[in-house]
Amino acid sequence: MFVYIARRVVYVIPIVASVALVCFLLVHITPGDPLVAVLPADASQELAQQLRVAYGFDKPLPVQFGLWVWRALHGDLGSSIATGRPVLSEVMKAVGNTVTLAIAAAAIGFTLGLFFGLIAGYFRDTWVDKVATSIAIAGVSVPHYWLGMVMVIIFSVQLNWLPAVGAGPGGSGAWAWDWEHIKYLVLPAITTSVIPMGIVTRTVRALTGDILSQDFVEALRAKGLQETKVFRHVIKNAAPTALAVMGLQLGYMLGGSILIETVFSWPGSGLLLNSAIFQRDLPLLQGTILVLALFFVFLNLLVDIAQASIDPRIKRS
Amino acid sequence: MTVMTDTALQAAPATKARGYWATVGRRIVRDKVSMACAFILLLIFLAAIFAPYLHLADPYQGSMIRRLRAIGTPNYPLGTDELGRDMLARLIYGGRLSLLIGILPVILAFIIGTGLGVVAGYVGGKLNTAIMRTVDVFYAFPSVLLAIAISGALGAGIVNSIVSLTIVFVPQITRVAESVTTGVRNMDYVEAARASGANAFTIMRVHMLGNVLGSIFVYATGLISVSMILAAGLSFLGLGTKPPEPEWGLMLNTLRTAIYVNPWVAALPGVMIFAVSICFNLLSDGMRSAMDIRN
Amino acid sequence: MNDILEPIDKLEPLKDIGGVAQPLLQVVSLTKHFPVRGGLFAPSKTVRAVDDVSFAISKGETVGIVGESGCGKSTTARLLMHLMPRNSGDIIYDGRTVGRELSLRELRRGMQMVFQDSYASLNPRLTIEESIAFGPKVHGMADKAARLLARELLGKVGLRPETFANRYPHEVSGGQRQRVNIARALALSPRLVILDEAVSALDKSVEAQVLNLLVDLKREFGLTYLFISHDLNVVRYISDRVLVMYLGEVVELGPVDEVWDGPAHPYTRALLAAMPSSDPDNRTETPPITGDPPNPIDPPSGCRFHTRCPFAEAMCGEATPKLTEITVTGHQAACYMAIPGSGHSKAPAAGVQ
Repeated sequence: MFVYIARRVVYVIPIVASVALVCFLLVHITPGDPLVAVLPADASQELAQQLRVAYGFDKPLPVQFGLWVWRALHGDLGSSIATGRPVLSEVMKAVGNTVTLAIAAAAIGFTLGLFFGLIAGYFRDTWVDKVATSIAIAGVSVPHYWLGMVMVIIFSVQLNWLPAVGAGPGGSGAWAWDWEHIKYLVLPAITTSVIPMGIVTRTVRALTGDILSQDFVEALRAKGLQETKVFRHVIKNAAPTALAVMGLQLGYMLGGSILIETVFSWPGSGLLLNSAIFQRDLPLLQGTILVLALFFVFLNLLVDIAQASIDPRIKRS
Repeated sequence: MTVMTDTALQAAPATKARGYWATVGRRIVRDKVSMACAFILLLIFLAAIFAPYLHLADPYQGSMIRRLRAIGTPNYPLGTDELGRDMLARLIYGGRLSLLIGILPVILAFIIGTGLGVVAGYVGGKLNTAIMRTVDVFYAFPSVLLAIAISGALGAGIVNSIVSLTIVFVPQITRVAESVTTGVRNMDYVEAARASGANAFTIMRVHMLGNVLGSIFVYATGLISVSMILAAGLSFLGLGTKPPEPEWGLMLNTLRTAIYVNPWVAALPGVMIFAVSICFNLLSDGMRSAMDIRN
Repeated sequence: MNDILEPIDKLEPLKDIGGVAQPLLQVVSLTKHFPVRGGLFAPSKTVRAVDDVSFAISKGETVGIVGESGCGKSTTARLLMHLMPRNSGDIIYDGRTVGRELSLRELRRGMQMVFQDSYASLNPRLTIEESIAFGPKVHGMADKAARLLARELLGKVGLRPETFANRYPHEVSGGQRQRVNIARALALSPRLVILDEAVSALDKSVEAQVLNLLVDLKREFGLTYLFISHDLNVVRYISDRVLVMYLGEVVELGPVDEVWDGPAHPYTRALLAAMPSSDPDNRTETPPITGDPPNPIDPPSGCRFHTRCPFAEAMCGEATPKLTEITVTGHQAACYMAIPGSGHSKAPAAGVQ
């Protein structure tokens, strides 16, 4: 088990290095001058040159990359061209809001997904299964940003129950777990939850079906075990894979929140990325993508280790 | 297993030779859900292709005096948008770009990814390691983030959006193609074909491609669903198509301000994306079970 | 019966070169080591799957290979078919060394193989006829002729062509599929057929039918068989000579009756003693051999069997006993107890015999 974890951790190192390289290069495939966002249209050549040196854009690419990695290792991702504030603190503040959203969405999506998946797998080919699989396929096929709009139309515009945009009254920054704040979270969280709900449902349904068709279940029933206890065996066997899928989905929610955060103006990493793109704020863009990708990589690592620790087949090897 | 004894000469009805794909085709035609989806998709495709012959209103011509008419308005069966353009015409014309930017990346990724994956799986060894480790790097990014990051870096535009989505899907298809190819390559029937003296090319053509391509194709069909959502999503963010082109994602974006005035018109483009996406998903599921001819 | 209508085109078998005295197949020092990736900090190791294996098969005989799973039987088969590269050793087919005097393509005409898993060894997307016709087409036969040949061969293996030719593998039973695999192997007119656990996965009654079919086909086509199985009864029934393998090495070989009646190696004795008897008075009371075979990654030094052998002495752990002829009929064993004057306390005195 220790060897497994060690090998898995070592394997992450080249991945992290490549991710950093991709993030760095991403910005350099950008057409046009990276300073375009800060330079006034009538800026002199000298000013442009001064700024180029200040941001390090005058050095050769490998040197820039080395410097960037070196600073990043020390927690310095540069400062935003648009606001001048340090990228890391901007990103971490936004990521906090995204994590809040992702956790709320995961709570909804995973609970529903597990429930639908288990009953669909257990009552395979009955009407229960058909209803659950239809919900699941709708969940994975729906353009979630559109679903967000529809939610706003129904619950904010028509019924006027919940706020349409923002993350708290009066645009205040601090998040709190009270109703005044939570009511801002409801619509984005439900909207975010539909994809993981659909995927978890489909995965768990397939797993449950497979496990129930195995001989050992027949043996359990043959020896007179109660159906509820048989079901416990099913859950135990489905858990490692289901957990891995859910972990991956949590990662997708953290990294792929841009569309929903844009719809609801939720002040998370996605909205930050959106503004970085449209203001052509390259350090911010680079930093946000890097932080999100690293989150994703480490989440995957955690999922693998967690999966290994509850799956006796991996644990023993 | 089977209780059937091996009285090999037992009478059994003579079967006519029917190719594998003919069998699969027959099975899928019998599947009502798949056929319904195929029909809907065909309708949307044909409407988009033949839009100029459908006597629709001009999808670009707006008018300030008839903005945001409701669904059911005479002459404007699906209402008008925020610039007074006919929604029906724009939704039908919108299919042209939306389907192009949604489907083309998957086709490109299918070609590239299958090539890479099949080579990695068949050749194995160091080449496999090189290809698959590169693919792993792209797996370190959530696909939405990767698509938006590349699009954001390249700048808005149809071509850039197609390029970025292709880059997102190539690793996914490569991984599927590699694992399927490796699986088939280790089957005894491929060993038997090698034992009969066939060369790599013949083995590939006769014994592998048929078994490999089907699975990858089904996977790619399912990806179209994701691709449609992402492509429209890029346009929705302003990273894909530019106004005044009719495109579902972009229409959804420009109509966002209209949700307080005429909400149901604003939601219409999403219905189109949803319909195409769910149809491709169901079709992919249908094909997968039709291709499993063992049951 | 068919020849009045239209003569069936066949591939000519490879010409007999050395006559009856020349073995059809000689295997010299065949060796295959698999590298095993070590852990993160552990060095990589090798599995000695097949280690310095030599034997010969005469024309027209059936040689059986027996041994526990993992002893290298199937690897030997795949090495002979050149389905995986070997580390060293020569394979000589009818006097011609493969790779030098005999091309791989020619060898594959002369030697074919039937695999254990009847389903996995048929392409699920090809009809039975297409699967059988594939080989001859690879060797230049026209499609039409190859299909006619396939139907002819289906008849030979006891499957009515009009019923089975156009079926897919999943539409026929396991025994029928294995008949198809045999027909597929015969389609190239080989002189040697390797049967790798070819009947092991079949029901007992079906197994007997397929075995009888194999005997008939051998007579009709003048075939030579290399018959690999873990089932000792089946091997005795079909083989002329038998080869016993343990952890990648040949420990005993000889005429099947002689080995069965007087096994010279304690491993062979243990294997034979482990055979279930159908006679209740002759029931096996004590397990003749205990424990699992040692890990082939790290085989014991000296005689590889000494860790499980009840007669092991100090010398057994030191040097590997050579495969030594113990009777004039070609019975050989690699055990100090069977080698006269070897120094083992149970060895016959030197010069006896």
